[in-house]
Amino acid sequence: MSKLSAAYYTLLTRWQTLTGNKYFWPVFMIAGLLFCIAASTFEFLDLYLQLILIYVGINIILTVSLNLINGYMGEFSVGHAGFMAIGAYVASLLTVHVFPPGDQNVLFPLAILAGGIGAALVGFLVAIPSFKTRGDYLAIVTLAFCMIVKSVLENIDAVGGPRGLLGMEKLTTLPWVFFWTALSVWVIRNLVYSNFGRGVLSIREDEIASDLMSVNTRQVKIIAFVVSSFFAGIAGGLFAHALQFINPRMFDILKSTDILIMVYLGGIASIAGSIIGAVVYTILLEILRPLGVWRMVLMPLMLVLLMIYRPRGIMGMKEIRLFMPLRDLVTEKLWRRKKKEAPDVSA
Amino acid sequence: MSLLEIQKLTHRFAGLCAVSDFNFAVEPQELVGIIGPNGAGKTTVFNLITGVYRASEGSIRLSGQELVGLTPHAITKRGIARTFQNIRLFKELSVLDNVRIAHYGQIAYTPAEALLHMGRFREEEKRITNQALDLLSIFKLDDSAGEKAKNLPYGLQRRLEIARALATGPKLLLLDEPAAGMNPNEIIQLMEFIAWIRKTFSVTIILIEHQMRLVMGICERLVVLDFGATIAQGLCSEIQNNPKVLEAYLGVEVVQ
Repeated sequence: MSKLSAAYYTLLTRWQTLTGNKYFWPVFMIAGLLFCIAASTFEFLDLYLQLILIYVGINIILTVSLNLINGYMGEFSVGHAGFMAIGAYVASLLTVHVFPPGDQNVLFPLAILAGGIGAALVGFLVAIPSFKTRGDYLAIVTLAFCMIVKSVLENIDAVGGPRGLLGMEKLTTLPWVFFWTALSVWVIRNLVYSNFGRGVLSIREDEIASDLMSVNTRQVKIIAFVVSSFFAGIAGGLFAHALQFINPRMFDILKSTDILIMVYLGGIASIAGSIIGAVVYTILLEILRPLGVWRMVLMPLMLVLLMIYRPRGIMGMKEIRLFMPLRDLVTEKLWRRKKKEAPDVSA
Repeated sequence: MSLLEIQKLTHRFAGLCAVSDFNFAVEPQELVGIIGPNGAGKTTVFNLITGVYRASEGSIRLSGQELVGLTPHAITKRGIARTFQNIRLFKELSVLDNVRIAHYGQIAYTPAEALLHMGRFREEEKRITNQALDLLSIFKLDDSAGEKAKNLPYGLQRRLEIARALATGPKLLLLDEPAAGMNPNEIIQLMEFIAWIRKTFSVTIILIEHQMRLVMGICERLVVLDFGATIAQGLCSEIQNNPKVLEAYLGVEVVQ
């Protein structure tokens, strides 16, 4: 074995030992949270960088939650921006009109949560047409839903109509974004690695067979839509309080398209893929900002190339072991078997 | 009491009568075959029993309970499992997950517990994983538990489909052309395999088949369908020489 590949295997084994440690995630989470708190209090990251990280976090929440419907369940929802809008408006109305100005910081998580719950309730309604409709036709239903939300918001003067809503304080801070991002990734991963999640996957593979194997497909679809829209609502609330201004046009089909791009760039049915997709897309758009208008030519071109050379996205249908539950008995067993087969490094 | 009792079952597809006045009863532990030429309505009968189609008329009872109008998963939960004529595994999922999904009707944790991986979740996951692995090792599939189902060879895919059906914990197993695409040698093995399943899992089996060798070899009783109508019912030896059956299979002129 060459020196280089031996070194690679040593590195790989070390990485596996590190990530296989049961303290990895708790330590990583606490370190991440501390970093975010420090960054926002001492401002050793400038505000621009912080804002980019906030958008990265929000986009991760949106991508992971949409991946549940489009990747794991194999449907094609283009209405994710609609759920986001509901979360954004519910949370903003609460902080602007309902909550007393003094306690904003304390009540902020409640506002975000309310936004998520509002979106989840609507997600429940959108799940109902999915009982009978699939594929392209369900895509049209979600498209219609997105347009309905936008035009309803444009026609309610109490929420500012087409002019939008402002007056939110800048409550979305890096630590909060970190917290909600970690929570959404954790919850959706948990769902995917449960029998309900396997039910979601089986609907993608073969809905009739899944129903005949005792999977309550309606229940599964409701769970998937409610969880997905809940987190889209959370992301919407965070988005509104990061930008401090929202209007209905921000949540049209183009916003949904953005999220779709991140999902398919990162890869369907993969938590790691969703995170990679969201990070790469958000950061690339920022890096390419100096190019001006050409950015919008270069970015789609890169996507086209990616789809030609990697049609399933960066991580399509693959998962980094880090995101699989360690205690899952079998994963562990299979892992050990694989480890045994791995080439001997010492030789 | 019969395990499965079907009375006056009729099903029409927009005017075409796929099954008409089908009467049928299966006793516990029996092994019954449904045969008939292509398009006779055999698979439709299976789809009606399992709730994929809703019967136009008639009743289907499992241990006295009416099944017509129930959803497929509710029927599966009451104890009917099936395989498919063309294999319908969850191709992109692992062999183990294919079997674990079939435990859906038996899990005791709630969606909230699943989202947080708390409460009964851990124990239940361990239980169904162990059960699934046991089942796989009985079917000699445990070595490929981590393999994607689509990567298994054809014969193993058929076997996995039966394992998956048994994972739902059925009283009645419906096999839709289990010998499709097998050579005579494999068919002999399959015959032993089906008899063994019946004994080991103490299930009642109804099977649809074209291969007369298989049907005559293991079934105790046969039902012959043609154009949706039952043309004969009885023991294998009676069916073999029934002129109506020969007519349906071989045509009129040969008989005359």
